[in-house]
Amino acid sequence: MSAKTDVKTYSGFKFMTLLCLVILYAPLIVVTVYSFNASKSITVWEGLSLRWYADVFVGPESGKFKQAAINSFVIAIVAATISTTIATLAATAIVRGGKFRLRTASLGLISLPLMVPEIVTAVALLIFYNSIGFDRGLLTILVAHIAFCIPFAYLPIQARMQGIEDTYEQAAMDLYATKAQAFRRVLLPLMMPGIISGFLLAFIVSLDDFIITNFVKGAGVETLPTAIFGSVKQGLKPNIMAISTMLLAVSIVMVTISYFVSKSDNTK
Amino acid sequence: MNDDAQIAVDVRDAVKRYGDFTALQKISLGIRDNEFFTLLGPSGCGKTTLLRMIAGFEDVTEGAIFLYGDEIATLPPHQRPVNTVFQNYALFPHMTILDNVGFGLEMRGKSKSEARARAGEMLELVQLSQFAARKPSQLSGGQQQRVALARALAPSPKVLLLDEPLSALDLKLRKAMQIELKHIQRETGITFIFVTHDQEEALTMSDRIAVMSAGRMQQLGEPKDIYERPRNMFVADFIGETNLLEVSVDAINDGRAICHLGGGHELTCNAVDEVGVGSKVHMSVRPERLFLSDQPTESESLKGTIVENIFIGTDITTIIDLNDGPNFTVRTSNSDRGNKRIFEPGAQAYVNMEAGSARLLVD
Repeated sequence: MSAKTDVKTYSGFKFMTLLCLVILYAPLIVVTVYSFNASKSITVWEGLSLRWYADVFVGPESGKFKQAAINSFVIAIVAATISTTIATLAATAIVRGGKFRLRTASLGLISLPLMVPEIVTAVALLIFYNSIGFDRGLLTILVAHIAFCIPFAYLPIQARMQGIEDTYEQAAMDLYATKAQAFRRVLLPLMMPGIISGFLLAFIVSLDDFIITNFVKGAGVETLPTAIFGSVKQGLKPNIMAISTMLLAVSIVMVTISYFVSKSDNTK
Repeated sequence: MNDDAQIAVDVRDAVKRYGDFTALQKISLGIRDNEFFTLLGPSGCGKTTLLRMIAGFEDVTEGAIFLYGDEIATLPPHQRPVNTVFQNYALFPHMTILDNVGFGLEMRGKSKSEARARAGEMLELVQLSQFAARKPSQLSGGQQQRVALARALAPSPKVLLLDEPLSALDLKLRKAMQIELKHIQRETGITFIFVTHDQEEALTMSDRIAVMSAGRMQQLGEPKDIYERPRNMFVADFIGETNLLEVSVDAINDGRAICHLGGGHELTCNAVDEVGVGSKVHMSVRPERLFLSDQPTESESLKGTIVENIFIGTDITTIIDLNDGPNFTVRTSNSDRGNKRIFEPGAQAYVNMEAGSARLLVD
């Protein structure tokens, strides 16, 4: 790229970049920093302390948060596992199924939930559960999470799979492997980085979801996001910042792993 | 059945259509047991399609394929006792070299240790034992190529299919591998079916060659046969260099055709069944079968003016303009320079040829 057309030479480039970074990250930094505040106030800094982290684990609200955290992680792990399995099968069919009718339509149907406003999905699910008489509880949350996690799990798996030449499977079958053996011994290991990446994305999306969960959860059943929201409604306390910071850390770790796994290329 | 025992792969009237497009038009050929057989042609001629039909990756639209007498056209790839060396090798990137080579044996039900032992032997055959524990990406292209060969040979296939396996290698390595492949074929006694677009490679390695173009077989024969006696324009032009001349056949006497070249020049050559008196056809004369002289010989001689000499290392290529007739290309070995066979441009000289050098082409 020549220096003259380099976007960095445009006037205002630095300003815009900084502005975007500040808007994106300033709130997160404030929350993270104030989660280590010794003060009871959420705005006055009184020195470094871990008391709000301690409060999350042993304070008056710790029981509620613990149960919510367990719910959140169980739902995230189960939903990510099931949606990743479905996404893997879908990707295999769509990428390796040749040119079948409705191939484009299938691809669209899988990715469409990404475009549908979450509130619409939430309301639709609520109405759907009511109409079939599905009692709201943990299970309704789980089913909803599996559904909206599928496209997130699907995209990295499909991207990975498109990079795997079909001569590998042909070579396997040429060497006396049945279709099932070729899939298990050759295609699946090669897809694994995409599958792990898809799983982690689905996990994070499930762990962080609030809107849909809030609509479909049963009374008294909380996940971390809904528990945090419930707590905030009774007044913002610094322990919320501590929980948020921990949740943020989990997200960052997962997304980082996902990034490196999807970049790691076991074809090399 | 006795005759069939000599035929490894028998392709009978095989047709391949993709929708309206016909990739292969009624190909029939018998590939002999223990033979190094080459399918040669430009890209898109159908040679790889035919190979993939034998391997089982493409359906046969019409016709049949027999392997040592058994119909295989309907079997899935993993039930056919043939193995393939792929153009891009297709080594499994997540497995070690040893596991790659042992894969076929394992799939055939051998235990992991048996498969590894045999894979080790195969790696010795291709001199790569020291790389057994590495991954394919840690090997050079030439080494990967040999692993692919070892992997395909390990389960002792009845026929080995090779899909342009040398095309990604540089010239020197390619030449070395050509010889090595030929040796391995002789040592193992396995029938090789080799696909290439490189005519020199085909001539070097093959026992027999099938020249293909536009989904049809143009000629089938031994390398010398195909080179010396091309049947048609396509084969003459595709294999080696040649002078292609438009001629009209004036008369045929005692199996010799007297051909008119234009500009009053005449040449006599062996008649061909399909070409009768009065036909306008093409004639092929290989440039190395011609020699220049200041005198005509008793056999065929044509007079012309030297246009240009081009030095190409081992040979010198001379272009000579037959006065009022076509141009000829003559190839003189560099070692013949002392024999007064090189003339300066503008000089008059005779193009002489041995009897039988000129060949009439069917179409």
